Amino acid sequence: MEKNTRIRYTAGFIILLVLLAALLLINLNVGSVNLTPADIARILFSHESDTVQGHIIWDIRLPRLIAAMILGGALATSGFMLQTFFANPIAGPFVLGISSGAKMVVAFMMIFCLSRGFHVNSAAMIIAAFAGSILSMTFILLISQRVKSMSILIICGVMIGYICNAATEFVVTFADDSNIVNLHNWSMGSFSSISWENVQVMTIMVIVCMICAFMISKPMGAFQLGENYARNMGVNIKHLRLELILLSSILSACVTAFAGPISFVGIAVPHLAKSLFKTAKPIVMIPAGFLGGAVFCLFCDVIARSLFAPTELSISAVTAVFGAPIVIYMMLNRKR
Amino acid sequence: MNKKILHSTGVSVGYEKHVIVDNIEFDVKAGEILTLIGPNGSGKSTLLKTITKQLEPVKGDIFLKDGSMNKMREDEIAKEMSILMTERMKPELMTCRDIVSTGRYPYTGKLGILSEDDWKKVEEAMKTVNVWDLKDRLFSNISDGQSQRVMMARAICQEPELLVMDEPTSFLDICHKLELLSILKRLVKENNLAVFMSLHELDLAQKIADKVLCINNGRVERAGTPEEIFTSDYIKELYGIENGAYIEQYGSLEFSTEHGDTEVFVIGGGGKGAAVFRRLQKLGIGFATGVIHEGDLDYPVAEILADELVAEKAFAPISPEACRKAEEIMDRCRYVICAVENFGPMNEANRQLLDKARQQGKLKDSPDDCRN
Repeated sequence: MEKNTRIRYTAGFIILLVLLAALLLINLNVGSVNLTPADIARILFSHESDTVQGHIIWDIRLPRLIAAMILGGALATSGFMLQTFFANPIAGPFVLGISSGAKMVVAFMMIFCLSRGFHVNSAAMIIAAFAGSILSMTFILLISQRVKSMSILIICGVMIGYICNAATEFVVTFADDSNIVNLHNWSMGSFSSISWENVQVMTIMVIVCMICAFMISKPMGAFQLGENYARNMGVNIKHLRLELILLSSILSACVTAFAGPISFVGIAVPHLAKSLFKTAKPIVMIPAGFLGGAVFCLFCDVIARSLFAPTELSISAVTAVFGAPIVIYMMLNRKR
Repeated sequence: MNKKILHSTGVSVGYEKHVIVDNIEFDVKAGEILTLIGPNGSGKSTLLKTITKQLEPVKGDIFLKDGSMNKMREDEIAKEMSILMTERMKPELMTCRDIVSTGRYPYTGKLGILSEDDWKKVEEAMKTVNVWDLKDRLFSNISDGQSQRVMMARAICQEPELLVMDEPTSFLDICHKLELLSILKRLVKENNLAVFMSLHELDLAQKIADKVLCINNGRVERAGTPEEIFTSDYIKELYGIENGAYIEQYGSLEFSTEHGDTEVFVIGGGGKGAAVFRRLQKLGIGFATGVIHEGDLDYPVAEILADELVAEKAFAPISPEACRKAEEIMDRCRYVICAVENFGPMNEANRQLLDKARQQGKLKDSPDDCRN
């Protein structure tokens, strides 16, 4: 490796880690209840959780910021994998309708279970979201076999998203009031009300997927040259495709199960990471995308919480405000 | 000593169950270039796609060295065979050196990190095809000619014994075509590579191939050396050429056009006539020519384009009979053009024709003066 490249990679990771650390602290500190840094330090180190302040840090802010970090990273990685899969820089779980598919199935399940008085646990949520993701993914794959145009694929994805949203709306309209309130908050996308049990499950899932993703970074890199060259380099294309679909679906299913659909992170973050590292190599992009996604979501979440406090914005609204301009800029600057 | 690198004793290729080319037999040895020719849609690409494993054979098998390609795994094949395709790809943010380094893929570990030794091989490959100075340029920003050379470096960096190429020169200009194929020829010699490629350019195929495989009407119509394949008649038949002709001596094509009566007589020979013939043909003016020696550069063109051709045996002075015949035709023509500049003992009779034309006042300077 060239010396310059090595310096760039090191600098890139340091920047991301510093930003991550800073945003973690800000996220702990900002909120409707004012806490001094000294308070926070005391609460963290003394594991004090029986006071009101302790409760805010330990049961509200900490799980929330961990979720934002882990799920943001998962979303960016999922987006990067989909972009590699479709050889399309504007592919992502949200625009391809995968998040909406997941949301639809989760909504069905929640309404079904809640109306019968069942409790829905994290694992069930993930499984439902995964089923929905795969459902949308199947449609997208069928379409992608027929059309080779990148923009048409994206348009089809957006359409699938609308159909899923319509189906969700339909079911919600006929559900009980209490269910709707519960669902509405979640379906707009939010990191709020995440429990430690949720955090545990998502952390395990995402870490396992990230390790798997990192392990297939070599064939993914080959795949960036196109299917034919990748096969010629010795990649088993069928296996790689399956791995990419499963991993990206599980990752985005995790996000949707716990935080609802979140827009644009999957496209904007990989693009920013590529610009920062000046490379698209998966071996760099997978960890960099994860860190970048974590930073981006922590940043957006702090804005969602604090901008109109105590009213909270939906996370998707904030990520769209920051993410969409990046995506537009990227499309305008793409050399054809 | 030269062993078969790729061969098949009968493979049928196609899509799904539908056979496009049936029962193909071929072999390529080390140090040999096999060129695939045939009209559009004949199934050349289908065969290439089968060799590169994009398609499964419908029936039969292809053998890479001694291994059955149906049974070999991708990573086993990768160490023996590399490919170069027509289509240009636009990978994001990859320098030319990054692209070439992907050729080392089959030799790197689980994470695909290249060793010092691998980087040295990347450098060597890039120097071999003269693209080392492009190493830090982005692949998406270089020209088509450069990009095919970079892809060539990538292919040889993979240290294959077989190179499979699908019309590698398609988007290149003449200069880059020559450059790429010259590099290929050198590589074949130096590394004892076997090459299997399809080419659109018949003139280049004729010159670079050791063996030619012609695919037409769903089968291998002919296979053999370029001398056996590139005959005017066969090429016309293979491509179904109706409005023109293929000149085997030049490996080039001539147009044919509809035109009226024979109006111009061209005194040709010494290679000076061909340009005049072509100009007359473009103007749609019918012409006769003479007296041209067999084996003269003008001869094959005249054979195709002229309405009448008066010829003489090679190395013989123009005989009185030939001269008389030429005079007869000249008398029937309205104009005469003399393309010949030098006269000597062998074409003395042509000088007499010129003098006669001048006396008759039929002599014109250029084909354009003969327009009505």
